[in-house]
Amino acid sequence: MEVLVAIAIGAMTAAGVYLLLRLRTFPVVLGLSMLSYAVNVFIFASGRLLAGAPPILGAAEVMTDPLPQALVLTAIVISFGMTALVVIMALGSYLNAGTDAIDIEKPGEDPDRAH
Amino acid sequence: MEHWIIAPIVVPAIVGPMIGLTMRHDRLLQRVAGLTSSAALVGLTLALLVAAANGTVESYELGSWPAPFGIVLVLDRLSAMMVALTAILGLVVLAYAVATGWDQRGRNFHALYQFQLMGLFGAMLTGDIFNLFVFFEILLIASYGLMTHGGGRMRLRGGVQYVIFNLAGSTLFLFALGTLYAVFGSLNMADLAERAQMLPAGDAALVRVTAALLLLVFVLKGALLPVHFWLPNTYALAPAPVAALFAVMTKVGAYTVIRVYTLVFPDTLPAMDGLVSDVLVPAALITLALGMIGVLGGRTLARIAAFAAIGSMGTLFLAIGTFTETATAAALFYLVHSTLSGAAMFLVVDQVRARRGNSALALQAPMVGGGLVAAFFFIAAIAAVGMPPLSGFLGKLMILDAIRVQPWWAWGWALVLGTSLIALVGYARAGSALFWKPHDNSAPPPEDFTPEDGAQSGWGQAALGGLIALIVALTVFAGPASRYARATAAQLYTPETYIHAVLGTPQERAARAAREQALADAVHGADHAAPAHSVTEEGH
Repeated sequence: MEVLVAIAIGAMTAAGVYLLLRLRTFPVVLGLSMLSYAVNVFIFASGRLLAGAPPILGAAEVMTDPLPQALVLTAIVISFGMTALVVIMALGSYLNAGTDAIDIEKPGEDPDRAH
Repeated sequence: MEHWIIAPIVVPAIVGPMIGLTMRHDRLLQRVAGLTSSAALVGLTLALLVAAANGTVESYELGSWPAPFGIVLVLDRLSAMMVALTAILGLVVLAYAVATGWDQRGRNFHALYQFQLMGLFGAMLTGDIFNLFVFFEILLIASYGLMTHGGGRMRLRGGVQYVIFNLAGSTLFLFALGTLYAVFGSLNMADLAERAQMLPAGDAALVRVTAALLLLVFVLKGALLPVHFWLPNTYALAPAPVAALFAVMTKVGAYTVIRVYTLVFPDTLPAMDGLVSDVLVPAALITLALGMIGVLGGRTLARIAAFAAIGSMGTLFLAIGTFTETATAAALFYLVHSTLSGAAMFLVVDQVRARRGNSALALQAPMVGGGLVAAFFFIAAIAAVGMPPLSGFLGKLMILDAIRVQPWWAWGWALVLGTSLIALVGYARAGSALFWKPHDNSAPPPEDFTPEDGAQSGWGQAALGGLIALIVALTVFAGPASRYARATAAQLYTPETYIHAVLGTPQERAARAAREQALADAVHGADHAAPAHSVTEEGH
C-alpha cells in the first residue's frame, strides 16, 4: 500500500509541477490543483497508513492518528478556496488585459498609466 | 497580561467583518473604524512590548487546551517587537491611504486591511507551526485583495503572478509540514524543539529535508535569491501604500527563519551540522548584490524601491544566517530600520506618481510642490542606502561588526560596502532624473494625466513625514533599541525559557504527571472497587 500511495503522490506532483511551468493561466491553475491533491494525500499519509483502523482512542485494538486527518481537512478547505480565488483573478486579468499569458512582457510600465 | 496576548488577533478579526458587512455603504464610518482599530492595535501591541521587555515569556493556551495538544500563542521579546512594529507601520500607512484617497479607489480596502493585520499578528504570535501556516494563508488572502486594489490591467496581471507564486509556496509549506509531522509527531514549536534534541541519529536525513523545505518556504516570503522573482513586479505594480505595508510582509519571512532556526533546528543540532548558515549566507550575499544592482538599473522609482527591498532582505539574511547572538541582535535592529525605510520609499513613489503620472526616470516638467517630495526622497534614500546619520548606517555597522569574526568576513564586508556604494549611485541617479534635472516645461507629463488632488493633501505628507520621523527616532534612540535587540537575541539563544513557558518547567511537568497519575489511580481504583462490591452483594 505504501508503494502505491507513494507512486500516486509522486505522479501527481510531477504532473502538477509540469503544468505549473506552462505559460497560460489555465494549465497553471490545473497544475496547482494537482499539487494540492498530491499534498493532501501526502499529509494524510504522514500519520502512517493503517487500513480499517478508526481514529478514536479505545474503539478498537489498533487506531490511526486523527491529527493528519484534521490537518488535511484544513488544507483541503484552504486549497479549495484558493483555487476558486485564482480562477476568478485569472478570469478578471484575462478580461481586462485580453491575454491569459502569465508573463508580463514590459514590466517597466507603471500600473496607474496602463488601464 | 494573560488574555491580552490574543487581543491583537481578535480586534481586527471583529472589526474587519464589521467593516465589510455592516459599514459597506458608509465610507466615513469605514475610515473611522479602520483608523480607530489600527490606533487601538498600536496601543495594545505597545503594552505587550512593555510586558515582554522584562524578559518573561508568556504562553496563552487557546481554549485552555494544554500544550502541546492545543494551539498556543507565545509572547516573547521577539514577537512583541514584531507585532509593535507591524501595528505602528499599519497605522501610519493606513493614515496615508485615507489621506490620499487610496482607500476609495476600490471596495473593501478597510476590511482587507484589518484582515491583513490579523494575519500578520497571528503569524508573529503563534507557537504552533500548523497555525503559522493558517495565519500565513490569512495574510496572503488579504494581500491578494490589497495588491489588486484599484484594479488596472497591469496590476491584475501582476496580481495573478503573485497569487500563483504564493499558492505554489503554500503547497510547499504543506509538504514541509507533512514531513515534519511524520518525523516529529508534533506541531507545537516548543515540543518540536525538545523532540529535535532526542531524535535518533537515523532520522538525521529526514530532519535535514524538513529543515530545508521549511527554509525554502520562509525565504520565499523573505524574497531571498533564487525565490525572489515575485517581489519586483508585485511591489512595483501594487498600490504604493499597499507596497509600503508589504515592507513588513517580507520581514515575516525573516521572523520565521529566526524563530524556527533558533528554536527547533538550531545549527548546534547534530543532524543540522551548519546546514542553514551554509545555505543562507551565500544566498544572502548574492541577493544583496542582485538587489542593489537592480537599484542601479531600475527605470522607474517604483522598481528601484522594490529592488532596494530585495537588497535589504539580502543584508538582513546575511546577519540572520550567521546565527550568533551579536549578529542576530544586529539583524533585529536592521529589520526595524529596513521596514520603516522601505515603506517610506514606497510612499515617496506614490507622491511622485500622483504629481507626474508615473515614476519613470525620464525628463518631464517639474512637479507641483516637488520640493518637499524631493526632501522626503533624499531622507528616505539616505536611510535606504545606509548612509550616516540615519539608522541604516548604524544597522549596517552593527552587522559588519558582528560578521567580523566569521571566516568569510571579507566577502561580507566587500559586498555590504560595495553594494551600498552601488545603491548610492542608483538613488543619486533616480533623484537627479526626478527632482534635479527637470526645470524646463518643454517636456509635459503624459496627455491623459491629471494631477490627483488627494495625493497632494497635507495629511498624506504628514503621514509620510511621520514615517520619516520614526526613522529619525530609531536613530536617536538607537541605544535603547539596540539594547532591546541584544536582550532579544540573548533570549533567542536560550530556548529553554521559551520551552518552559509553553510546556512548563521540569518540576511543573513532574508535578502535573504525578497529579494525573494520582487521578488515574483513583479512577482505576474505583473501577476495581465497584465490581468487587457488587460481587459481595451478590454473594450475600
